[in-house]
Amino acid sequence: MLKAKNISVSYGRKQVLHGLDLTARAGTLTAIVGPNGSGKTTLMRALTGDVAFDGTVMLGDTDIARAKPYDLAAQRAVLPQATPLAFPFHAVEVVRLGLRGGINTNDRLALTALSRVGLDGYANRFYQELSGGEQQRVQLARVLCQVWRPVVGGIPRWLFLDEPVSSLDIGHQLTVMNIARDFARAGGGVVAVMHDLNLSAMFAHQVVLMQSGHIIGHGAPAQVLTDAQVSRAYGCDIRTSSAPDDGGWFMLPQSAGGEDRERVTRSA
Amino acid sequence: MMASDTTALPFVDRRNTARRAHLVLGALLVLVSLASLAVGASGTSLWGALMKLAQGQPLTLTERVVLWDIRAPRLVMGICVGSALAVSGAVMQGLFRNPLADPGILGVTSGASLGAVSIIVLGAALPAAVQSTLGAGLLPVAAFLGAWGSMLLLYRVSTRAGRTSVATMLLAGIALGALFAAFSGILIFLADDMQLRELTFWSLGSLAGASWLKLTIAAPVILVSLVLACSLGRGLNGLALGEAAAHHMGIPVERTKTLAILAVSAATGTAVAISGGIGFIGIVVPHLLRLATGPDHRGLLINAGLLGASLLLAADMVARVVVAPAELPIGILTALLGSPVFLWILLRKRGLVDM
Repeated sequence: MLKAKNISVSYGRKQVLHGLDLTARAGTLTAIVGPNGSGKTTLMRALTGDVAFDGTVMLGDTDIARAKPYDLAAQRAVLPQATPLAFPFHAVEVVRLGLRGGINTNDRLALTALSRVGLDGYANRFYQELSGGEQQRVQLARVLCQVWRPVVGGIPRWLFLDEPVSSLDIGHQLTVMNIARDFARAGGGVVAVMHDLNLSAMFAHQVVLMQSGHIIGHGAPAQVLTDAQVSRAYGCDIRTSSAPDDGGWFMLPQSAGGEDRERVTRSA
Repeated sequence: MMASDTTALPFVDRRNTARRAHLVLGALLVLVSLASLAVGASGTSLWGALMKLAQGQPLTLTERVVLWDIRAPRLVMGICVGSALAVSGAVMQGLFRNPLADPGILGVTSGASLGAVSIIVLGAALPAAVQSTLGAGLLPVAAFLGAWGSMLLLYRVSTRAGRTSVATMLLAGIALGALFAAFSGILIFLADDMQLRELTFWSLGSLAGASWLKLTIAAPVILVSLVLACSLGRGLNGLALGEAAAHHMGIPVERTKTLAILAVSAATGTAVAISGGIGFIGIVVPHLLRLATGPDHRGLLINAGLLGASLLLAADMVARVVVAPAELPIGILTALLGSPVFLWILLRKRGLVDM
């Protein structure tokens, strides 16, 4: 269980998070969504201990502000938005760095992890020569290596993903979201900052909707991502609906493109 | 998501390449060391002396003096200084996440020089108690403090929120180097004739001043700092991904940084104290090794020590031979070799500078 209580973060004089409470259960995927500047990345950084914050974040029994780096590393792995590297590492060498952080040091795992993220045969490619999306998936493989087994000794482990699919094509977006959901299904916890509302609705068990440093909705996708809430958070007219066959929840931006459509109608 | 068995993919594991390089470079160092003992202005033969020793005959006085008191300490000093500079370069590059970092370019050598110059010029003014306790160690200690101060300043200035701006790092290094050089200049201006002679001799950048006395202090310090540096391989690998990512992988970031700065300062400071400023070893050696065996610091640091020692010994032999019986300052040779490599990295990886 991840429990954040009364989290406030200020950059200089500007307060960007205002006393947030958040709970995420192991075995579920929690998506943090919200418009640009709503504080979702800052919330993620507070949850992973990358920014100074007021309040407490407990990961299981561990207070993340006080824990030793290696204790935390054994419990959770963090995928950053983008990771530039200055040295000519091979893809597999980057992935292997994750093995040392976790408790599994089986070397072959690095290759298994690469193939899990769809990068079979990329082991000896230079990281710097890969595309942004490929680099992102190499980093995901590294992070997966660190917490390969979602539950160890009855204690769940966690994945924190900061915009894991933002530079990926739609096929790889689905691959990555499936990996995250499988990790949760196997008993681990996943918290992801997401830009894509539809992917969030498709894969998340729980959605946290943010606006201006506040959480304005927290619960199942269909309850949080309503017409009114989403339109209010993003400041534009969004219609939500569910697909007829299995009831999957989706959002259409077309409803907000009214001006253009009016023009088209008028000229027709 | 258990580890399913993968079919064995044919892939190159550069850790094996790095391990093989330990052997090759170790053998190279032995060869270069023997050559360094054999070559010299006096024409004394190493082989002849070894044959005599093997047959139980005594050596002549000339042979003993040339081999044991002149060439041997010079050899040990070359190994110490070369490995210290190369490993310091590799550690600084890891710490600053950048292949252009080097103790010479970023003003750490100038900091060490300032420490050394202060002792040569102002040392007599120190309390007698300090002088007698430290004795011959005074110069290395001062050079270490100078190097350490400049490393701390440099890291403070060029790293914000765990990210190092390359442009800031290079510019700050240049500025700090110039500042320290200016302070050294003031001290040199104040120096008397005797001190000037000593300063000039020291600052030429040469292994010519080698003696066993100097080495009894310098060699252990350099050895300890090199062992310390080589133990930081895993931490520096993690830092390559940035401080936050290293922390999330379980690496004690602050401790790694502190130890890296200490190791670099001690190794560079001591090397500068005994040999003056010898540049570019720290940038050439790690760069060549990364091309050949990959950037994994665990293998890289050891290989850098071995290759750095060989390279400096080789340069020293050339310096002794080309204008014999005079000697070319070795710093000229390493700069001739090193500056083009630096420019080459800069041009080939222009993207790095914008990072």
